[in-house]
Amino acid sequence: MLMIDCPFCGPRSHDEFSYEGDATKERPAIGGDGDMAAHLDYVYMRDNPRGLHVEYWQHVNGCRAYLKVLRDTVSHQIIATGLPDAELTAPLAEQEGEG
Amino acid sequence: MSRYSIWKLIGQALRGHQDWSPAWRNPEPARHYDVVIVGGGGHGLATAFYLAKHHQVGRIAVLEKGWLGGGNIGRNTTIVRSNYLLPGNSKMYEKSLKLWHQLSQELNFNVMFSARGVLNLAHSDAQVDAHVRRGNSMRLQGIDAEWMTPADIAREMPCINLDPNMRFPVFGGLMQRRAGNARHDAVAWGFARGADMMGVDLIQNCEVTGFRRNGGEVTAVETTRGVIECGKLALAVAGSTTTLTEKLGFKVPIESHVLQAFVSESVKPLVNHVVTYGAGHFYISQTNKGGLIFGGDLDKYNSYAQRGNLPLVDHVLSAGVAMVPQISRLRMLRSWGGIMDMTMDGSPIIDKAPLDNVYLNCGWCYGGFKATPGSGWCFAHTIANDAPHPFNEELSLRRFETGYLLDEPGNGPTPKQH
Repeated sequence: MLMIDCPFCGPRSHDEFSYEGDATKERPAIGGDGDMAAHLDYVYMRDNPRGLHVEYWQHVNGCRAYLKVLRDTVSHQIIATGLPDAELTAPLAEQEGEG
Repeated sequence: MSRYSIWKLIGQALRGHQDWSPAWRNPEPARHYDVVIVGGGGHGLATAFYLAKHHQVGRIAVLEKGWLGGGNIGRNTTIVRSNYLLPGNSKMYEKSLKLWHQLSQELNFNVMFSARGVLNLAHSDAQVDAHVRRGNSMRLQGIDAEWMTPADIAREMPCINLDPNMRFPVFGGLMQRRAGNARHDAVAWGFARGADMMGVDLIQNCEVTGFRRNGGEVTAVETTRGVIECGKLALAVAGSTTTLTEKLGFKVPIESHVLQAFVSESVKPLVNHVVTYGAGHFYISQTNKGGLIFGGDLDKYNSYAQRGNLPLVDHVLSAGVAMVPQISRLRMLRSWGGIMDMTMDGSPIIDKAPLDNVYLNCGWCYGGFKATPGSGWCFAHTIANDAPHPFNEELSLRRFETGYLLDEPGNGPTPKQH
């Protein structure tokens, strides 16, 4: 069980949440230079890191808020949780551990 | 190394089985190979086997970071089928199913393939339409498909709950009789032994740590057992694909997710086919030992851990008990997880990588096991000819750029939905 610390509801089981994927992707502007390449990258390409991953979860069976979560994809440990505009960073020890 | 036969078995039995030789060598890596395949799982070993058998490409090595067949080929639900809607998928999967039907003879190794039939249940009028449409599409492509009414199902499969008053009653099912299942480990061992007999070096405990490049060409692979020069480099590493493509400097449309599978204690024959539940995601069959083996959805978040979580266990078993209520009193023996290389459209990639001499075999989602021989056959052709075979030309990496996606259920670019 992953415990996600919702800023509104407190620590809750991940079963209450819907996983919404990689949170590092930003939708590119339409009509700019390299439009297709930027959209290809946004829609399909993923870094898929083995280690720290920034991702969105929505608390669908709770307050329905979108949250940003920093999680380790190998240990499943949740390192930080915040609102979607938060800049989540791992404590230095975690970053070194994942190299 | 010699062929297995009844005479050999009798001879060995008379001598107390003392003289069996190991099924494959354990060679030291050479300095140079013409083709280096990374990944000693089902697909890597099958690729090596068909490369050595059908193509003249020189010396071949398979590099495996652990032991042969220790990844997803050893942790799946062993289902083999080719009941796909889209020709881009079914050409390769049907080639694979044809290879499955004579694989034990081809490998001289019993892979215990059993064409017991795969039935997909439908639980609404809309689902009946979708299944019949897929069945028609299969028949137009020369693949067998058969519609079964609830009465047909009751006659053949008394284990299925056909109560019309249940929450999701069974409206019928799409049956592919040539489909079935096989013994997962035997497939890896059979391909390994077959490749080794034709001179392929299978190098275990050899993790790839980096690549040496000369422009767009990879000249050598750096491993924990030294530097190995390569003429061509082929990747068949499933869930670890992005770890290697990152080192090669390009991106692929893949996320790694964990998929769990389960096996129950052994019981007398109960489920004689492979049956899938359509109102949830659940698939079940019975092993030759009598255990019921089943699985369901992904855990639905990115993961490299070969283990899953409890809410999904509950989810899978709820669907299972709805379909086959008598399993509710069975004890579960084991559960395990494998890392699926989920593509953004749910279909695999067998193609040239955007580098001169690198080839990609990845993105198998839930479907890697059934594809093992077909994937190896197509990938071997792609490596040897530097171009895809017609069977796998639509399984291209470029389809994400051109828009010719192979999205069977039409769920869009969300790996957890495929």
